Amino acid sequence: MLSKREKDLIAEVWTKLIPVAEDIGSDALTRMFATFPGTKTYFSHLDISPRSAHLLSHGEKIVLAIAEGAQDIDQLAVSLAPLQTLHAYQLRIDPTNFKLFSHCMLVALAAHMGDDFTPVVHAAIDKYLSAFAAVLAEKYR
Amino acid sequence: MVEWTDFERATIADIFSKMEYEVIGPAALSRCLVVYPWTQRYFGNFGNLYNAAAIIGNPMVAKHGTTILHGLDRAVKNMDNIKSEYAELSVLHSEKLHVDPDNFKLLSDCLTIVVSAKLGKEFNGEVQAAFQKFLAVVVTSLGRQYH
Repeated sequence: MLSKREKDLIAEVWTKLIPVAEDIGSDALTRMFATFPGTKTYFSHLDISPRSAHLLSHGEKIVLAIAEGAQDIDQLAVSLAPLQTLHAYQLRIDPTNFKLFSHCMLVALAAHMGDDFTPVVHAAIDKYLSAFAAVLAEKYR
Repeated sequence: MVEWTDFERATIADIFSKMEYEVIGPAALSRCLVVYPWTQRYFGNFGNLYNAAAIIGNPMVAKHGTTILHGLDRAVKNMDNIKSEYAELSVLHSEKLHVDPDNFKLLSDCLTIVVSAKLGKEFNGEVQAAFQKFLAVVVTSLGRQYH
């Protein structure tokens, strides 16, 4: 459950991340591959060495999608519809991995924001990423 | 028996040698109570936990956070025998404190994030992986004696 204040906070944080989308995104992915090696199995077709062109572009895509959803959280099911279809029928990433990625995204945000990543900000973003992941997996079955 | 690489041993030793226990411990525990409010169930006698500011400023939370973090010292000093180091503490958490072992993971995730915020870029993917592996062993050991 997100309060109005949390939704505003989430939108504010993610808007500020748009200019550094490829840095944050690739950092989160690199952390995930190092900490949870099983996640690499979904990327055998890409060069996922740290800061590779593939990784920067892919990381950027993910962060921009999350930032876009953050602008109107109440409409997530609408704005994510195409991505829902992609993940359900083509990518078919096991949804447990969404949790692993979300955790690594939080760690990346902490490294990036330092003290600004307060417990309140952390809680709001954790809730948002959980909601985002749940919507993304909705068409799986 | 857990296999540790030289990098992992050095990383854990390094992080904990520079650790400010009275800062990181309270930060990790208070963050856990804020981000996962249901964990407050174990702290009924800690006084005011009504909102984030109260939790973060609560002296009992701070003291306990420091205590918990120092509890990790035993694992740092004996990485090859973490399971036996924590056998007694595991029994305590199960039989006396009745703590759901899922909570150990929540606290360890908060600790990872606090350390990341403190160290910034230095806490890169490889360092994070070593740190999380260490905490995962601690978490498993703490849950080991539950039955």
